[in-house]
Amino acid sequence: MASPLIEADVLERVLSKALVKGGEMAEVFAEDRRTGSAVLDDRKVEELSSGRERGAGIRVVVGETTGFAHTADLSEAGLVAAAEAAAAVARSGGGGTRTVGFPQRSTPPPRELVAPADVDKPRKLELLNRADDAARSVGGSITQVQVGYGDSRRRILVASTDGIHVEDDQTRTRLSVQCVATGDTGMQTGYESVARTEGFEVFDRIAVEDLARVAANRALGKLSARPAPSGELPVVLAGGSGGFLFHEACGHGLEADHIVKDASVYVGRVGELVASPLVTLVDDGTVGGEWGNFAFDDEGKPSARNVLIRDGVLTDYLWDWLRARKEGRASSGNGRRQSYQHLPIVRMTNTFLMAGTEDPDELVAQTPRGVYVAKLGGGQVNTATGDFVFGTSEAYLIEDGRITAPLRDANLIGNGPDILGRIDAVADDFGMMPGTCGKDGQSVPVGCGQATLRITGITIGGTAA
Amino acid sequence: MSDLMTLAERVISAARGGEEIEAYVARGHDVEVCAYDGDVESLSSATTGGVGVRVLLTGGAEGPRLGFAWAGSLEPEVVAETVLAARDNAAFATPDAHLAFATPDGVDPAGLDLWDPTVGEVPTDDKVALALDLERRLRSADRRIRQVPSADYADERVEVALASTTGIRAFSRRTGAYLSAAAIAGEGADSHIGVGFSVARGFEGLDPDRVSTEAVERSTRMLGAVKPTSDRLTVIFDRRVVSTLLGIISAALSGEAVVKGRSFFAGRTGEQVATESFTLVDDPTDPRAFRASAYDAEGLACRRNLLVESGVLLGFLYDTVSARRAGTVSTGSAVRGGYAGTPGVGARAVVLAPGDQDQGAIMSLVGEGLFVQSIIGVHSGVNPVSGDFSVGVEGLMVRDGRLAEPVREATVASTLQRMLLSVVHVGNDLEWLPGVAAGQTVAVGDMQLSGN
Repeated sequence: MASPLIEADVLERVLSKALVKGGEMAEVFAEDRRTGSAVLDDRKVEELSSGRERGAGIRVVVGETTGFAHTADLSEAGLVAAAEAAAAVARSGGGGTRTVGFPQRSTPPPRELVAPADVDKPRKLELLNRADDAARSVGGSITQVQVGYGDSRRRILVASTDGIHVEDDQTRTRLSVQCVATGDTGMQTGYESVARTEGFEVFDRIAVEDLARVAANRALGKLSARPAPSGELPVVLAGGSGGFLFHEACGHGLEADHIVKDASVYVGRVGELVASPLVTLVDDGTVGGEWGNFAFDDEGKPSARNVLIRDGVLTDYLWDWLRARKEGRASSGNGRRQSYQHLPIVRMTNTFLMAGTEDPDELVAQTPRGVYVAKLGGGQVNTATGDFVFGTSEAYLIEDGRITAPLRDANLIGNGPDILGRIDAVADDFGMMPGTCGKDGQSVPVGCGQATLRITGITIGGTAA
Repeated sequence: MSDLMTLAERVISAARGGEEIEAYVARGHDVEVCAYDGDVESLSSATTGGVGVRVLLTGGAEGPRLGFAWAGSLEPEVVAETVLAARDNAAFATPDAHLAFATPDGVDPAGLDLWDPTVGEVPTDDKVALALDLERRLRSADRRIRQVPSADYADERVEVALASTTGIRAFSRRTGAYLSAAAIAGEGADSHIGVGFSVARGFEGLDPDRVSTEAVERSTRMLGAVKPTSDRLTVIFDRRVVSTLLGIISAALSGEAVVKGRSFFAGRTGEQVATESFTLVDDPTDPRAFRASAYDAEGLACRRNLLVESGVLLGFLYDTVSARRAGTVSTGSAVRGGYAGTPGVGARAVVLAPGDQDQGAIMSLVGEGLFVQSIIGVHSGVNPVSGDFSVGVEGLMVRDGRLAEPVREATVASTLQRMLLSVVHVGNDLEWLPGVAAGQTVAVGDMQLSGN
């Protein structure tokens, strides 16, 4: 076991200092992150980069108020200075000396992985070149290829006066391919990526050539695309095309920070039918290797599987420590932060719709006219109204129950509770995909998943009347 | 001389024969106060510092090779390790004859004073009081405001030193203060959120009245919003939306995107790409611009670049490397996302030449159309390579030249190319906003509204 980021006796002294002016809880979050990345663009490895970030964020909670300070100085003196800054919010001065003690440090179960830091740079660069070659081999219309590789190892330590004392060690690896295809109608783009909470062994299973060809064909296919329709139509979403639908349609609205502030359309609806009975939605930070995984969240809570909607009925929200405390309950393991420089907030991990039983091909065959979305490109929600968008990056018209003409990219717009009620079929071909979720200026890796499903009607924001 | 410049010069002094080094050293101080429900929800303060090092190995016959490393620390041993990591990375990169660091080009930096010392001098208690006062003010501003989920004050002081073995020495510093709030207006089951904000160089320049007025207006006027009927019509974009859209247009005007075949503007210099009312400048030397700067991210002086004049595309923005690829010179347009990022091309202060009318007059001229207050889905629905454009909107219909019923759960779509050629009015209500572009009201004809 690696030596701790901060020794227990130092943590005890720093936390005592943090509570010297009073307060209910003090916490040290320390992080040591090393990153490596490389970009191949225009046939050249333009940039190899490595980064190192190390520091600690200290928070002190006094009533409804949180004091927070962070420092890149992990020495005892540096930590004490940050603790004093964080404690400045406590004005009572009645805290006095408080002895702080912790349990033994908990660490994640050991995992077998090929640490990216141990992999020679030429082996990583070879992946980029192979992806570039494969993408360009798809056709002469592929005029530009950019391949990005990145890995990170993030060690975190959380210690609090609530008796938390844990360390986690998170390794993530990703590779993405973006292609530009050029034709008579202009340029189109295609994107595909793999991103896993795993080491370099991910490339033993996944051939980068396959990713590259998918990205290239996606760009190529859209050269002959027609404008997407405008107005409401049935939509079939392909399995694994991007569970962003649920991430945006209800995931954000179920985050307890929006709930406790009465800023979500899902406030007060636990126990009510909020979706079609075909919808069972889960947020699970434990699923092997997915992009939104971790052993402990950034407040030291073990990651968990949380059922949010069961058979269409809302069962619970997502909680971090602060919001759970307000309601006198436990965190659901969803307190996350971008880095030690940020306060934790409620975040999703891997959010997915449980698979159904239908045949995906049948769903299309039973749809006389509509849009088939093979790949989504992200989305956004207004949690106060529940209105959300998600964009297509590969979509087709469905005519007479058959997938026909490719469509240009467009956003689809709907209202969360309304659209969740319009899901009338879920197939058995479950798939996940990675994404980056932004909230309050913080980005974290998340996973999304779903099987092929149909929405009876949603507004498609194209230009074709 | 700044201690940061001393550190940057120490870094580049590590250069060996056959290599050039560039060091970017930054330090920031931040304070943030969040008020909620009459209380301080959180108070954060921090000092951050870091270094980004680029090493260019110039010895190879096929051209130089470039490596980069960064660290979130200014400790000498960490900085020394960062130089080694950058040098090691360079050894594996592809040689490329176009790679080079900036060299002084004789353009003098604008004399900009972007530092308001009061940001560091105003007591924290006053900053807390401002956030609490804003929250209180918003809660009582209108009986329909039923929640104020956030009312925040934030400020920053940033210092940057850049030095290179190719003769660059650039030190700059700036301050910023921000006030923002969100209000939720509700009637029955209907809820709408509105955000207001104010930005300034210092504490004194902030305008809480304006934050409150905007948040209230933007939330309450959406009450009763319905899904509109699909139509092809003229869309009047609010200033904030225009600022976002100009940011996207400016990405397509990046010389790097152009030389790599990733911009729909490529090869169109001299062509009429927009209507005659469209004249676009990137001018980081204008001190009113939120991202005004004396130096670009490679240490060259920022300068005024005229990009589109009366609708005719005149040129693009370049940093050193993209300029060499294109056979031209840098326009002083290198940007980077702090010490952890490498330079790339970007605009800082894009602004449209103002027209003659204010927002009200433009509505009168348009008569029938849609006023868009805010958009969502820019990331998923606007493609600066293909130009495809589709975003979720909320706003109000314009009937008989006036704001009419509010609408939501709709999209507007076109292509960026067609939108530029369909600009019918540019407002005179120019406002500098956070981000890379100023905002003013703009009306664009022939857009597809998708609703019922």
